[in-house]
Amino acid sequence: MEMRQAFALELEKAMNENENIVVLNADLAKPNGMGNFSEKFPDRAINVGIAEQNMASIAAGMSSYGLIPFICSFTPFATRRICDQIAISICYANQNVKIVGTDPGISAEYNGGTHMSFEDIGVLRSIPNMVIFEPVDNAQLINIFPQILKYKGPVYIRMFRKNTPDIFDANEKFDLFKSKVIKEGTDVSIFCSGLTINDVLEADKILQSENINAEIINIHTIKPIDSEGILRSIRKTGCAVTVENHNVIGGLRSAIAEVSASECPIPIECIGINDKFGQVGKIPYLKETYHMTGNDIVDAVRKVLKRK
Amino acid sequence: MLDFNSKCIEIRKNILTEIGTLGVGHIGGSLSIVETLVMLYYKHMNIDPTNPKKEGRDRLVVSKGHSGPAVYAVLAEKGYFPKSLLLTLNKPGTNLPSHCDMNRTVGVDMTTGSLGQGFSCAVGIAQASKIKKDNAKIYTIIGDGETQEGQIWEAAMYASAHKLDNLIAFTDYNKLQLDGTVDEICKIDPLDDKWKAFGWNVFVVEDGNDCEQVDKAIEYAKSINNKKPSMIILNTIKGCGVNFAIKAGKGNHSMNISQEMMLDGIKELENRQKGDDN
Repeated sequence: MEMRQAFALELEKAMNENENIVVLNADLAKPNGMGNFSEKFPDRAINVGIAEQNMASIAAGMSSYGLIPFICSFTPFATRRICDQIAISICYANQNVKIVGTDPGISAEYNGGTHMSFEDIGVLRSIPNMVIFEPVDNAQLINIFPQILKYKGPVYIRMFRKNTPDIFDANEKFDLFKSKVIKEGTDVSIFCSGLTINDVLEADKILQSENINAEIINIHTIKPIDSEGILRSIRKTGCAVTVENHNVIGGLRSAIAEVSASECPIPIECIGINDKFGQVGKIPYLKETYHMTGNDIVDAVRKVLKRK
Repeated sequence: MLDFNSKCIEIRKNILTEIGTLGVGHIGGSLSIVETLVMLYYKHMNIDPTNPKKEGRDRLVVSKGHSGPAVYAVLAEKGYFPKSLLLTLNKPGTNLPSHCDMNRTVGVDMTTGSLGQGFSCAVGIAQASKIKKDNAKIYTIIGDGETQEGQIWEAAMYASAHKLDNLIAFTDYNKLQLDGTVDEICKIDPLDDKWKAFGWNVFVVEDGNDCEQVDKAIEYAKSINNKKPSMIILNTIKGCGVNFAIKAGKGNHSMNISQEMMLDGIKELENRQKGDDN
């Protein structure tokens, strides 16, 4: 199932159970899997038109009235386009607004550079009160969704839209605020988020054949970062590689480096977008172009091990 | 109407005390909306200062958030918090910051200060009230300079498209903004035609610093029943009611106020009050 469908099903279920939940779209309800919501919820599924700034502040106003609004768009328009509305109407006023940004980073594919958000986590991470969550698969999204609903405050859900391979079993348990150890290891900590996880697993096969025992940790919540989980791992392995579908400035690499620099300085190598803008292309082409493949991850591990 | 006029003088004295005690502040745009705040808080709004979070109450979003001192002056006068708090405006750790903050100040319905956003928030509140079917009225005040923000027009379009007839907005049309006159910086006229074109009821108040005229416009906006939001354009004077502020003209958006100026201003208001009382 596509992630947008999995999300829409969860949201629909929640809206049936809780009449305070409202969903706002800005002329992207159909691509985000919510094309039929306005029929199902005529009062609570609202299309504001192409006006994301207005959508964000409307949501803040609704939250002040006791509603739980979800605002949805493609990642660049759900974040950088409305940065001040997120900062002031939502976060400074500390409103219970959930922001759903779809097609993060290279997954915007043929929509190209204008639609490719490589900076959204960096921008939002520096705004107080914001929680940032990026699921790797449907099971994780579905398991954590009720925790997001229960949490009172702003949450950014950075969400892949299309089919994504299942990583986790449907019964797997997650804590919104704890990182997830996918494989324990002793030589290097690989921290990954979002759609990069498959490349990390591919890289791990090669690493295992070279007798490199990597610990793989999924950071699904980049803010607040699970310092405890990160420190537990890097104190054991003594080095790390970060892998993210985002600029290596401001995102996962920065978050891990901040934890490391404060408590346990170690060598870190990074995989991600090296401060470049996006471009059109399918995901495999873009991964090659931005050096985000399994082989690139293996090279980064070899490099960081030499620096230990 | 004598009582409202007298109340306006009290509120202006509070504003002068707040800003004068600190020595600097947004006096012009605070003084220009006093009559509107008094008519809302003393006549029209369904609110309860002893229960500030009352369900289904009417709301006010002062989108021109720098008029915080005027809002605090009224809230204190209404008994939301002690008047002594007014002396803490912008002092370290205060709950009365320059710009309205719902998480700090009892009685403030929405955090504002980044212009244009509060207006959208008010639209969201009006929509939420429709969803909850609680028949609340939602009031909001925007600045004339703020009208230059694109977000205002996104929200204006939404409010009429979604028939938010529970929303009554005011434009504080005092013709001045920080850098100069509105006409010099970026003209917004014809303002009434713009709002009409966006599908709103429009009421132009010739003197927005006259309680009776403001009251009539609010009464009319409340009674009209045509599924449209309403905009009341208030022709006001920035700095209204205090001579030194009016004389400062373009300079009164935010200005230094000495103790002497504060005391002179308060005296001027007291003299006017005596005159009114006679």
